[in-house]
This record gives sequence, structure tokens and C-alpha cells, in this order.
Amino acid sequence: MLIRPKAGILDPQGVAVERALPALGFAGVGNVHVGRLVELDVEDPAQLESMCEKLLANPLVEDYEVQLLDGGADAK
Amino acid sequence: MKFGVLQFPGSCDEVDALGAARRVGDAELIWHADRDLKGADAIVVPGGFSYGDYLRAGAIARFSPAMESVISFAGDGGLVLGICNGFQVLCEARLLPGALLPNANLRFTFRQVEVEVLNSDTAFTRACGLDAHPPQRLSIPAKHAWGRYYANPETLAAMDRAGQLVLRYARGENFNGSVHDIAGVCNERGNVFGLMPHPEHAVDELTGGSADGLKIFQSMRLALEEAHA
Repeated sequence: MLIRPKAGILDPQGVAVERALPALGFAGVGNVHVGRLVELDVEDPAQLESMCEKLLANPLVEDYEVQLLDGGADAK
Repeated sequence: MKFGVLQFPGSCDEVDALGAARRVGDAELIWHADRDLKGADAIVVPGGFSYGDYLRAGAIARFSPAMESVISFAGDGGLVLGICNGFQVLCEARLLPGALLPNANLRFTFRQVEVEVLNSDTAFTRACGLDAHPPQRLSIPAKHAWGRYYANPETLAAMDRAGQLVLRYARGENFNGSVHDIAGVCNERGNVFGLMPHPEHAVDELTGGSADGLKIFQSMRLALEEAHA
């Protein structure tokens, strides 16, 4: 599950990173946002949406995206 | 009257909350794993770092057995005060609208703040002087890293109309970047209130910079006495 701040809500972590990159010589960087990655094994992937809504994300301020990797983490 | 003060693993302000509550009534601690609210007339969800603030501040505490009881207590109209981490827990539990996000300055910040009482006609602020002009100010400490209040514009407009925007940081005091300088809000019914600054730390001039915080606890006592009169 990828969880990121909703567009339009101030993301001070993203702003801080965006300012730090040019200081290291990386030019042309914009629109930086810092979110979270939650990895898990689950028997019933149909539950993932509800997990995000109820606990892993706060839908009032965060968007989330679910990626299924067949075979679980070992398959990567 | 009796206050019940919750205690989660990682709470750190429950002792001061007990001390503040005992200046206006009886008070007892309630461990997070306990569903029994011990006959409390009002509940305080205290500050700290419940469950290590893992995932998001307040996100895990919301599911504790004691919070399940608090949610049904609030549903029955019981008074619930959430301070700092307690405010975050009440938002995560959807007992209060909106959410608390990392401070705009990305720092844990500790300072005395001046807040204005925008609505003194609530169960938590009635001891602050009804209809004071200019609004009455409270001087209380704030100390947090996740205190930036956010709600979407439609929600804020509805809250404003309903008098739910209870406390506002005075000009120049909003260090965390809260929308509309909001420092404390209540639910639509008016029986659940959360604020980021710590009234329980400001109950004695000697240690709290003022005794203004006591007014929040006194208000709750007044509200209960009026309800039972």
C-alpha cells in the first residue's frame, strides 16, 4: 500500500526535501511528496481496501494505492 | 463529580490531568485495556505518545478497549475532553471532525501560547466568561510535533456556523500551521472537545505560567451540575 498526503494539503516533509535536493546539486526537482509504504502478506486481498480506510491511511488527509504482488514479497 | 483519565502505553500527561481534575472533583485512572469506565461522569484522554505514535499519532489508541467504551459513552452524551495526543485520538476515532498533521515547522515545539476563546457557550469553556469582548484569552503551554489541525473547507464552514471552532491561537501564536489558527474544536453535539495546548499543565501560577487551564475543568463541572440540576 502506498500512502501519500492528499494534493492541496501542505506537506512540509516534501517541501523540506524539495529544498534540500538543489543544495546537493540536483537541479530541476519539483512537486516532492513524502508518503509511506506498508508491505504485508494477506490471505484475502479483498480486505486491503478496508484496512486502508480503517487504519493504514487517514482518508481525510491521505490518498492510498494498493499494489498486489503475486506470490508475496518473495516474488519480488 | 468524578473524572476518568485514560492511560495508554506511552501516555505521559495522565498524572497532571489527574491532578488538574482533582482540583475540581474526584478523578481516577483508567488503563487502556480496561473497558470499565469506573462510573466516571466525564472522561479525559490525556497527552503523550500513545503506542509510540506508530503509523499516525492516535491511530492505534483509537482501537483500545477503553476507547471503545469512551466512544459509546460519548454516543450517550457523556463529556469527553481530549488534550494533545488525546485530541489526535478523538479525531482518529471520528468523535471529532478533521485531523492533526505534522507541524508546518517539522519540529517538536514547546512554548506557552495565548489562545482566544471563540465560543464560551460550551460545556468545556463556560467558566471562561460568556460573550467576553474582546474574546477571553487563556495562556497555556503547548508541546507537540503533530498539531497542525486540518479539515476541508466545507467541514470548516459547517463547524464555524455550529460554533464548533472553540479555541483559536491568538495572532502570532500559531506555530504549527493549523488552518484558521484553530487550537480546539468540539463536535456538533457539544459533548466532545479536543485541544492541542495543555490546560492540565496550567493549573498553578507557580509551574504553569498561569492557572487558566483550570477553567476548562471547572467548565466541565459546571456543565454537569447544570445538567443534573
